[in-house]
Amino acid sequence: MLLSPTAMHIPDGFLSVVVSVLFWLFSLLAIAFSIKRVKQNLGEKEVPLMGVLAAAIFAGQMLNFTVIGGTSGHLLGAALATILVGPWAAILVMTAVVATQALLFQDGGLIVLGANLFNMAVVGVAVSYAVYRLIYQLFKGREVGIFIAGFIAAWSSIFIASLLVALQLALSGTFSADLAIPAMGGIHALIGIGEGLITIGALAVLFASRPDLLNISPAQAGNNRPILIAGILIALLLAVLSPLASSDPDGLEWVAEEYGFLQTAQEPLYQIIPDYVFPGVENEIVATILAGILGTLIVFGIAWGIAYARRAKATS
Amino acid sequence: MSIDPFRPARHSGSKPIHNLDARLKFIIALGFILTTSLAPQGAWAVYILLFSLAFSIALLSDVGIRHIYARAALALPFILAAFPLLFTVTGVPIFSFSIGSLSLTASWQGLERFISISFKSWISVQIAVLLATTTRLPDLLFAMRNLAIPQLIVAIIGLMWRYIFLMVEEANRLLRARLSRSGVTTQNSKKYGGSLTWRAKVAGNMAGNLLIRSLERSDRVYSAMLARGYDGEIRRFKNPPLTLQDWLILIGSIAVLVILLTLGLLLNS
Repeated sequence: MLLSPTAMHIPDGFLSVVVSVLFWLFSLLAIAFSIKRVKQNLGEKEVPLMGVLAAAIFAGQMLNFTVIGGTSGHLLGAALATILVGPWAAILVMTAVVATQALLFQDGGLIVLGANLFNMAVVGVAVSYAVYRLIYQLFKGREVGIFIAGFIAAWSSIFIASLLVALQLALSGTFSADLAIPAMGGIHALIGIGEGLITIGALAVLFASRPDLLNISPAQAGNNRPILIAGILIALLLAVLSPLASSDPDGLEWVAEEYGFLQTAQEPLYQIIPDYVFPGVENEIVATILAGILGTLIVFGIAWGIAYARRAKATS
Repeated sequence: MSIDPFRPARHSGSKPIHNLDARLKFIIALGFILTTSLAPQGAWAVYILLFSLAFSIALLSDVGIRHIYARAALALPFILAAFPLLFTVTGVPIFSFSIGSLSLTASWQGLERFISISFKSWISVQIAVLLATTTRLPDLLFAMRNLAIPQLIVAIIGLMWRYIFLMVEEANRLLRARLSRSGVTTQNSKKYGGSLTWRAKVAGNMAGNLLIRSLERSDRVYSAMLARGYDGEIRRFKNPPLTLQDWLILIGSIAVLVILLTLGLLLNS
């Protein structure tokens, strides 16, 4: 639902198959690359660390607070995970969280899982990391920098990811761009403030009791350069592209048509057997009625079979 | 219930869907949702058949129809996001009205697309619910490992699954503690609950608390793993081979899905 913080998790059926497959590819590439990086300096300790942290982020999303009336804000956690374990491990942690939400709790679909992973685990973390690093550096190591950078990183991770959700919906034709982008972006600009405030609160506790966890060691900086650049590029691209697409919704369709991927990918599939009339079923309405009858028969058959099997078992 | 994420297990008893190999269920569920996504807009015949298949599997699974549909309904609110399609798709108008300067026209094409998307989404959620309720996560992880999903991700999800209930309990305790120290008044004139910033900060402190506890727990988990001989290597069981019956079910299901998809494409051409 648009007004709910869970608008980030796209269900199945809302993205076209082409867009889903495309974002699966992006996610797989990013996750494979993160696995490679994490394995390079994988201490034995990191596997339990990432597993337990993923469980904590999952549970942390239950911690909500009342905003106004019946609405409440809650944590998504990409920024906190990034600050705590660094970007590469954070991508894997968030991948575990988002995948589990889809597999077990139907929070987000399975075919569109690639897109959800890309939005929340890859872009959420990359943008958080880039923003956090850049803003933290501005403060030259002063403590207040942790909190300000944390707030802005959390806000941007939500906001940029929501723009991407809107773009994906618009590319799939589920939503028109002139409506989707301002609606998603506007609502998530507000939700992002909640995320930012929670992140500050969490960082305050971490800073007071375990300041050692918040160190970004300069030794890792070189290793993290690809994700820094990717984060900046994604944030800039979406921040520039979204207003363009939204002020000129035909522009997005034009892009889709220009590259032809929507057409080339879908039309041949739908026209494997052109102008062929299904034998005996010339009319779609007749086909629908037949399907209704057949479907009822299938369900009835299964139900009858189960009832019969139960009775047979009961009497034996 | 055993929650050992590394032990492949089948359920005993006579629940046919529960007993299916998790690999089969995973592939068939994905195939089903993919077919539903690919089915062209307005192919009602195919939607009805897909729905009756989903309903039949729900009956067969013996989980309880009410349970499955209650859970499937939880994912429905997103459908509201597709509602504007009614007005944004141009076509034969149904009705139009205006709010202030804004004039909205609903079209039949928009209605068709809205209902198609909602129906497809609903069928997909049913299948996902069925997969989740009839398959334990450890089995699902075992299936995923066989389908070339990276070992490291599977290990993280396995450990996450092991600690998720502890962490959820921990979060519930934090929420209960906040509730018990929060005052509420029914008098409308009196303000309570502090400012929005303050409330967000309290929730943030709880989140920080949870994260520290989880990090310290992961230290103890690591020590416990070391004590049991963990050497940084993630070991796995050999995959049990698929039986002839498994293969027949797999091929049969995929054939049915392909037929349904072809039917949808035929009706739409």
